This record gives sequence, structure tokens and C-alpha cells, in this order.
Amino acid sequence: MSEITQEKLDQIKTYINRIKQQPYPGSYLIAVLHRVQGMFGYVPREIMDVVAEEMNIPTAHIWGVATFYHYFNLKPIGKHVVSVCMGTACYVKGADDVLQALKRELGVKVGQTTEDRLFTLQEARCLGACGIAPVIMIDDKIYGELTAKSVVELIHRYRKAAGEKTA
Amino acid sequence: MRAKSILTLCDGPTCIHKNSRVIREALEAEICKHGLSEEVGIHLSGCLGMCSKGPILIINPGYTIYGGITVEDIPEIVQEHLVHRQPVARLVVQEDHLYNRFFRIFGDVDFFGRQMRIALRNCGIIDPESIDDYLSVRGYEALAKVLTGMSPREVIAEVKKAGLRGRGGAGFPTGLKWDITARETSDEKYVICNADEGDPGAFMDRSAIEGDPHTVLEGITIGGYAIGAVKGIVYIRAEYPLAIKRLEKAIAAARENGLLGNNILGSNFSFDIEIRLGAGAFVCGEETALIHSIEGRRGMPTPRPPYPSVKGLFGKPTLINNVETWANIPVIILDGGEWFSTVGTETSKGTKVFALAGKVHNTGLIEVPMGTTLREIIYDIGGGIPDGKKFKAVQTGGPSGGCLPEDYLDTQIDYESLAAAGSIMGSGGMIVIDEDSCMVNLAKFFLEFTQDESCGKCTPCRGGTKRMLEILTRITEGNGKEGDIEKLERLGNMIRKASLCGLGQSAPNPVLSTLKNFRHEYEEHIYQKKCRAGICSNLVTYEITEKCIGCGACRRVCPVNAIAGKRQEQHVINQETCIKCGQCFTTCKFDAIVKA
Ligand SMILES: Cc1cc2nc3c(=O)[nH]c(=O)nc-3n(C[C@H](O)[C@H](O)[C@H](O)COP(=O)(O)O)c2cc1C
Ligand code: FES
Repeated sequence: MSEITQEKLDQIKTYINRIKQQPYPGSYLIAVLHRVQGMFGYVPREIMDVVAEEMNIPTAHIWGVATFYHYFNLKPIGKHVVSVCMGTACYVKGADDVLQALKRELGVKVGQTTEDRLFTLQEARCLGACGIAPVIMIDDKIYGELTAKSVVELIHRYRKAAGEKTA
Repeated sequence: MRAKSILTLCDGPTCIHKNSRVIREALEAEICKHGLSEEVGIHLSGCLGMCSKGPILIINPGYTIYGGITVEDIPEIVQEHLVHRQPVARLVVQEDHLYNRFFRIFGDVDFFGRQMRIALRNCGIIDPESIDDYLSVRGYEALAKVLTGMSPREVIAEVKKAGLRGRGGAGFPTGLKWDITARETSDEKYVICNADEGDPGAFMDRSAIEGDPHTVLEGITIGGYAIGAVKGIVYIRAEYPLAIKRLEKAIAAARENGLLGNNILGSNFSFDIEIRLGAGAFVCGEETALIHSIEGRRGMPTPRPPYPSVKGLFGKPTLINNVETWANIPVIILDGGEWFSTVGTETSKGTKVFALAGKVHNTGLIEVPMGTTLREIIYDIGGGIPDGKKFKAVQTGGPSGGCLPEDYLDTQIDYESLAAAGSIMGSGGMIVIDEDSCMVNLAKFFLEFTQDESCGKCTPCRGGTKRMLEILTRITEGNGKEGDIEKLERLGNMIRKASLCGLGQSAPNPVLSTLKNFRHEYEEHIYQKKCRAGICSNLVTYEITEKCIGCGACRRVCPVNAIAGKRQEQHVINQETCIKCGQCFTTCKFDAIVKA
């Protein structure tokens, strides 16, 4: 998903052209970055230059905005994004144990991607599932009432599924 | 167009037992006979909790509740109620409903009985993706009332009369804010709905939008009319994909039905609503930062004044309110500000939605009248603390709020009482904490959050929170020193006074409130090197008791080989080598390892 193709570039340009018809077009910069991340999984540096050119905004400004917001990834991410909820409810119910277990199991720190590009570990703030805390989200799926042990089993299941597909 | 009638038939076990399924067939046949199939929708619901009066049938619009009906009553109900729109009085359930027309259908189950749903009145009751459903529960009636018979000034007067205050945290009087913005003269004004919901541990706004997006849109549109704006913007967290999807769908449906766009409902008022996504920055919940974010910039706050009501989005007068604030507006217009102001306390009117979580039995979203006590929420609605544990504290207001101990459980929910007790109302996060949590560690958790989210613009917040965090970290690691408590207090008060925006001004609150109410825990950490909850790992020692059967699981899992022992004999931990990782504790299946 992360390669840059002419088709994707054209899509971005079309979108920006549409925005230019609106009042205050510059205000859509964050919306454009959301689009870009939706296409590539992250916001590639090269694309920032394209956006800068098309929107007539200095790349430095775009860089400033993209780095300010936690939501934007500046590096490619793994196949699965594992977000550990570190909201208050999850924290009170032992999210930290879950996070430590994941760090150990995946061998990465928060914000990093495993070497096999399978998992990116992230922290999230309240996934809105406090009733089943502690909670993690893998891609779009919520898993609740986890323990240090069950979360490791969960990762094993994902690894196994990925192994079966490539094999 | 005649609004569709929605029939809700209770499909709970008691009602089924009392023949509700046969009644359903009879209803369908009768509706068909009158050619009303297009105009009437039948829903089944789970147990409505009024089992003694079953079978229960509710007809909307109007919330008419029929009870004890038989197949013989069906023709009369269809003829009178659905055709002539006259409820059949003799079959209507007569009961002293708790309050007005809200939440009566949920009977007297404690979880619901103490609640009163105004902002969430339709959540879980209507299909949020259907504008027809919303119309059937008097949806957009408030907007129609405003556009056909009220001047903007009258709308503002009604909101003032209601005494509604902002639900985003600060509690500023909503009517006054509208008034100030309406008085500004400008050819361009904006209305914003703040759905950024940054408090980690709260999901009120998300649920309100997911459960009933049209209410929020209707509220915003009324606000736009009142202040003379042409455009509304919902600023919502990108982390809420379902809420975003439902909002988009609702906006499209409203446009199609002439409820947004040019000349709404044939009036000369034109207004449209657009969605803008946040991108994961807590500070963007702050209104000036939020406005900068909509403008496509870094979300950094600016000093007020000028307030957004004077100089807001694109430099134009802007009215900004929280999701829940907006959701109250249609009710205030329909039922009147006077009625609204009868709910609640002297200074805080209406209800408040809370996301109840942490160590309580019933976690979830609740809406209670202002003036309800913390005890009622935690014990009656929440069902108390699970696993026989002892209550320690309740945290409200998230990273800007405080922790209240048992002595404060009879505090009433209102802006002033919570502030006087040393916490804040906040946007609605409410986390119950039991004896298993360490208050110093909890304070550190919140400070880590605010420190991480500090935008870095002003020094007290950027540097000050960092220093505080260093001290807290030191204390939790067992290196606390004499004078640390005083230093925390001094720093906290300084940051509170000197920071640029609400983030910094409130960042020390969790620390200051735990210092006030749980000072002994700080002292234990510093002087006795003890963490009573066993959370701060450096201050914990693990010991193996005689329950040990010598299975060796802990010995194998220990990463530093600190555990020794023969098979089937009690093992021991070498405290010198132990790094207190706790793995043995989680591994032991026999509860033989204890924290001390
Ligand atoms: C750091 C910070 C975060 C905030 N986060 C939110 C938020 O997530 N949602 C919200 O409605 N208001 C939030 N506010 C309050 C807003 O600045 C503003 O007061 C509010 O949106 C006004 O609406 P109301 O009067 O209806 O409450 C926050 C304030 C600060 C200082
Ligand atoms: S705190 Fe984790 S889901 Fe709410």
C-alpha cells in the first residue's frame, strides 16, 4: 500500500483542485494529510513536496503541521497496527502490564515497527471501550479484558495467520 | 409529509409470555388492512423493565405507552391512534413517571431509575442512521418552531432562561456566550461543535454522536440561526470513524430533506454544516487551538481575549460549544427553558452525561440530573466496587481534574460543589479507583499525559510539568527526598497561575488534589519507601509463601535467575538479584507469591 504511484498522485491533485474552489483553501491542509495517510499508511516526505506545490504552502509549514499531530505517521507502518489503550480506565485496570508484555514480545518500543514489518506498536488514548478495560486495538478490531498473558497469545495468533498466508 | 409512526413492542420474556408475539401479528395484519404499512414501522425492543404492566407497546411520536393490551384491543388502537392520531386513553399506562417525558420507558431498574436522559434521550431508542426515526421522536420540530415563530433574540432568551452551562468543562453560561456572539456585527460568522473529546477515559461525545447525530446537527443549526451564522463546523477526532460516518450520513439526509442548505424549511435562513477532522492532539480541544487546527495550522492556543466570540475562525466571530451542550438545545426549545431549569441545582441546570469506568460493577454511559451525589452514581447506578475491594477515590475531569476520597462521596454533581471539593466537573470522565491503585502513580500517569500533550508554547507548562514529572518519577522509584512534596506544591501553584491556556493551568490538578487528599501515600513513598498498593515496582518486594508447591514455573520465568528451590519444595527469591519485574507473580498459578 505504501508505494507512490502516478495514479495516487493524480488522486491527490484532483482532491486539492477541488479544495481550491472552497473559501479558505489553506484550511484544508489537515484534511489533505488525512487523505495522504489513508492512501499510503503514512505521510511520505516526497508527497509533502507535492502537496506544498499544489496548495502553494511551504513544505516547512506542512512538515510543522504533520509533526505536531500525533495521528500522522512519518514512517511506513507495519501490516498490523497494535494500539494499546493507555486511557485512564485501562490504566487503572492494568494497561501498563499489557503494554510491557507487548514490548517484550514484539521487541520494539512504542512508535516502532517490528523488523518483519508485521506489527507497529502504538499507544492510544481511550478507545471508548472502557467497560472492557484493559483494551487494545489491532487494526480496526478491539480486544478487551486482556492480561499480560492473553495479549501474547493474541499476537501469536496474528503471527500464525500471517505465516499461513505467506507460506 | 406526515411523520412516520414508530411502534415499539417489548419483546422481553415477560411480554412474550403475556402474548406479545400474537399481538404483533395482529398489529401487522390490522396495519396492513388500513393500508398503513408505509407509514408505520414496527420495532421490537429488549425488556423495557415494566414487566408487571406487560405486554407493553410504545407509539412514537408522543411516547404513548400502552400496557396490558390484548389482541381485542388492536383494532381500536390502530383506528384511533394510527389513523386519527388519538391515543386510546383507557389503555395508556398511568404511572408517576420520574420526570417529564424523559426516560420513562425504562421503569425503575436502579441503573436507569436514577438517570434522566435529556442529551442522550434518543440514544439506543432510535436508529441513528435513519432521519425518519429521528423525525418520529419530534426531531427537527425545535428547528421548525424556531424558524417559523421565534426571532434570534427569543431563541437566545430561551437558552438563557434554561440556565444551560457549557458541558465541555468550563461551564460558561451558554445563553450568555450566544448573546455576546450575536451582538458582534460581521458579514461572516461561524458556529463550531467541539467533538474533540480529549479526556483519556471518556467517550460521552462519541456515544452521543453515534447514537443520535441529528440532535447535534439540529442544535448547531438553531445556534447558527440565533447568532446569524451561515456555516457550522463539527471538529471531531479522527479516532472516531463510526461517529464520523454517522455524522456524514446525517448531514446528507438533512440536506436532502431541506433541513440544511438554502432556505431551510422554506424560511429565509440558509445554513450548512461541514466536518473537519482532528489529528490526535489533546490541546486541540482548547477552543483557540481548535480554531487554529481548523485553519490548517498547528493547534497552538493563543491568549484570550480576544475570545472566539469576537475574533474566532478566520478572524470572524465564532460560537463554539461542546457536543453535549448542543444536544440539549432542541429540548430547551421544545420544552422551554423554564422546564429545563427545574432540573438540577441552583447554579447548575439540567443533566450531565458521565462515562463511568474503572473499578465499578456497571461501567458505561450515564446521564444524571445535576445534584445527584457521587455516592448515588457509584453505588446505586454503578453497583459499587467489584471483588469485595475497598473504594479509594473517584477521579473526575480527567487530566485537568482531581481525585476525591471517601469523605467526599456525598458531594453533589454541580460545577461549584465539585470545584469546592477540589476536583472539577470536567467534560464527563468519571473513573472509580479502589485500593489496588497507587495515588502517586496515578498522579504521575496524568502528568505524563499532560506533559506529553503540552504544545510547548509557554514555559511554565512546557518546563514546569517536566520538572514535576521528574520529582514524581523519583518518588515512585523510591528515591524521593525530604522537601519533594513542598516542591511539587510550589511548582504546581506556579504552573497553575502562569500558564497560557487551560491545559497548563489545570495540569497540576491531579497532583495537587492527591497531595491534598492522599498526602500520606506520598509520605510513605518518600520516608518509608513503601507503596501500599504494590504498584510502584521499586518499592515492592516479592515473597514466596508456604502455598508454594515447588512446580518451578516462577524459577523458569525469572529473567535474572533470582529464584531457587528444589522440585516440590517451597522456592525462595533472592532479594539482591530480584529486579522486581513481577513475572513470577503473574506466572504463579497457586497464589503463592505475594507483594509486600
Ligand atoms: C486543554 C483543554 C482541552 C479541552 N478539551 C475539550 C474537549 O475535548 N471537548 C470540549 O468540548 N471542550 C474542551 N475544552 C474546552 C473548550 O476550550 C471550550 O471551553 C468548550 O468547547 C466550550 O464549549 P461549552 O461552553 O459548550 O463547554 C478543552 C479546554 C482545554 C483547556
Ligand atoms: S480508557 Fe481504555 S477504552 Fe477508555
